[in-house]
Amino acid sequence: MHSSDVGVPRARRLALALVAVLVVLALTQVEGTAQAPRHGGTLVYISTAQPPSLDGHRETTFAMLHPVKPHYSYLVKFDTQNYPKVVGDLAESWTASKDGLVYTFKIRSGVKFHDGSTLTSKDIKATFDRIILPKGDVVSARQAMYQSVKTVEAPNPQTVVFRLKYATPGFVEKLASPFNFVYKAEILERDPHWYERNVMGTGPFRFVEYVRGSHWVGRRFEDYWERGKPYLDGYRVLFIASRSSMLAAIKSGQALTEFRGVSPAELADIVRALGEKVAVGTAAWQCNNTVAINTKKKPFDDVRVRRALTLAVDRWGGSQALSEIAFVKPVGAMMRPGGQYAMPEAELTKLAGYGRDIAQSRQQARALLREAGVPENFSFTLKNRDISMPYEAVGVYLVDQWRQIGLNVRHEQVEAGRYFADQRAGNYDLVVDFACDFIDDPDVQLLKFLSADVSPVNYGGYVDRQLDALYVRQSRTADKAQRARFVHEFERRALSEQAYGFYVLWWQRIIPYWKTLRGYNTTTNHYVEPDLAVYWLAE
Amino acid sequence: MVEHALVERVAPAARRRSHPVARFFRRHPLGAAGLFLIFVLLGLALLAPWIAPYDPVANDFGAMFRPPSFRHWSGTDAYGRDVLSRVIFGARTALVIGFGASLIGATLGAVVGVVSAYFGGKTDLLVQRLVDVMLSFPIIIVALAIVSIIGTGTDKLIVAIALSFVPRVERVVRGSALGVRAMTYIEAAQVIGAGSWRIIFRHMAPNVVAPYLVMLTASLGQAILLEASLSFLGLGVSEPTAAWGLMLRGAAVDFATRAPWMAIFPGLAITLTVLAVNVLGDSLRDALDPRLRT
Repeated sequence: MHSSDVGVPRARRLALALVAVLVVLALTQVEGTAQAPRHGGTLVYISTAQPPSLDGHRETTFAMLHPVKPHYSYLVKFDTQNYPKVVGDLAESWTASKDGLVYTFKIRSGVKFHDGSTLTSKDIKATFDRIILPKGDVVSARQAMYQSVKTVEAPNPQTVVFRLKYATPGFVEKLASPFNFVYKAEILERDPHWYERNVMGTGPFRFVEYVRGSHWVGRRFEDYWERGKPYLDGYRVLFIASRSSMLAAIKSGQALTEFRGVSPAELADIVRALGEKVAVGTAAWQCNNTVAINTKKKPFDDVRVRRALTLAVDRWGGSQALSEIAFVKPVGAMMRPGGQYAMPEAELTKLAGYGRDIAQSRQQARALLREAGVPENFSFTLKNRDISMPYEAVGVYLVDQWRQIGLNVRHEQVEAGRYFADQRAGNYDLVVDFACDFIDDPDVQLLKFLSADVSPVNYGGYVDRQLDALYVRQSRTADKAQRARFVHEFERRALSEQAYGFYVLWWQRIIPYWKTLRGYNTTTNHYVEPDLAVYWLAE
Repeated sequence: MVEHALVERVAPAARRRSHPVARFFRRHPLGAAGLFLIFVLLGLALLAPWIAPYDPVANDFGAMFRPPSFRHWSGTDAYGRDVLSRVIFGARTALVIGFGASLIGATLGAVVGVVSAYFGGKTDLLVQRLVDVMLSFPIIIVALAIVSIIGTGTDKLIVAIALSFVPRVERVVRGSALGVRAMTYIEAAQVIGAGSWRIIFRHMAPNVVAPYLVMLTASLGQAILLEASLSFLGLGVSEPTAAWGLMLRGAAVDFATRAPWMAIFPGLAITLTVLAVNVLGDSLRDALDPRLRT
């Protein structure tokens, strides 16, 4: 044995080797991006899930965004080359009043929809009216994020005005949500559900074909408002659910990448196969796995049972172990660990389930279950997505954690359409959920925990006016330190005192891609990507 | 005295005519080996909680990816679970689904086949065209389609696999049943006023037991393989259930070079089981086919 091997665990050596590989690859990536963009070619990439519907306002998943977003434009959007900077897309420019209550956007003229008609401010007003104040049975997942908005007005064809009830920091960033596709007013008026099944926007690519379970095809839109873009002739998304098939497709060059992420082990596999041909983008990930608890069902309506469930989960141990096989690692509450609003560790370890002494936490959990009258070997179902990375690993882990406090859990993995439908209908006991977002902003991250009658993405079904009030307070607070205090108060109540749901682990993002793909920059989330208007293919 | 003499004369002849099971073992040693393996498997499945060295679903992150050793004879998987214990418990899943699906599928197929043969005419025509449609699809496609409609889980998997067997068993059993239908004793039963269902179940069904048994054993192997295939495709049972097909997917593929034992042992279990069932099925067919009797 070499002396250097003594005392260095194998996992740590592997991690060091991986870091070295990443550094080398990152350097080669920088070297590869200094050329002028080239026109032509079809970008082929993978999506590991099918879109539940095609409506951006309704959905919350990459499975919809990755194939659909290249067909749409936004009022404002994130510049993926300089994330999180916001730039105008359909908005040529904008101004905010001094009191922060009025935002006025000047709309580009001559922007065409794919059907040849011209976009006006009326379309943008109709879009945001649908997002902020959906009518009838239209679902707008992020409706509660825009509680500060009083009205959206279109005084003339080239102007849109947002009037707010109260000033809120980061309002323009929230408007830049990658889910806020701009739709055509006339179509929305005719059928508010039309966009759930159809595609028609002003984006850089026109819709060509969608074969469920197989592929999605888009073709360059010749009348796209930004002259000279997009660089690509088209794109093709391959739907491949199996991780091994996905890796095989990337390794063989059938697809150039997958814009969600791979695990460290999968990266090592790709790098081993492709060597110099592949570049790797890494970033902290604005994404995590949570568990939503159906508080309308017994015994989960009892806070003692909910607290027992979160107390049983060893996050610190799981972080070390699961990060070897899946892309999860950082331990945190609602705000991204390392981000400006993240709860400090000293405070975090005081929350239920975040303590370092897991034996003590589990003892507490068992006592709570006994107190609540939950019998030993009590059985329930944990619903989960059929996406293996990282949902399956997290599901298996949770089942084992709960077995250790005497609970018998059936793990049920279902495909995306049924998963989302069951969540919305409250057809579950507990469900492995996710909280992935496009920006580090408490208004966005706390959304899932607002009362069910305020937030359509609260799948737990509870109503807690204290949380709603705290949300508004933090949203109105411009001072960051003070805002962080309100956010932490919100986190304590939702995750620990009431345990309406809880966080398991945050994710870490690793994107391997063929170096022939240029213009790609890895961001902290997989929602603002792919930004196909700026990508191009090297020869 | 006379009685004694009779016994002495008969006894050597009775000794020569051995028990049918012993005769089957002597004439079909491969089938006997298959049967033995199936009994071993049944024993493993029944006694799993007592003979498996570890809890098959308990994670042990201190023992991830351990190679085979005295402590873990077949190594451990990505969650530190003992592979041998999971293979032993996996026998339960394989047999519950295998036996359940083949028994339901073969029985349902046999009933439809005999009924179709008995009634003939338009009933038979309609049933056979439906069977033709189902037979035009590979068995896994039929199972996949059914699973995608009714969902996943052990009970649903049994139903999906069983239904995909029905047309194949039906066609084979119907062939034999048509021969039985033409027998004069069926005609005689009709003449004395026996009802259709009495004739079907009392007089026809017992005479198609041989093809039924052969199809039952053939289906058993296929059912185990189908369960493994569907679980491998993510449409079978869910993690962390110990199931052989499930053990072959996910981490077993991702870490195939780092921890090949994760795939080798469940793969071996599937191969041996299917081999055992198939050789037993072949031997049973030979033993029960009057044309092959010497």
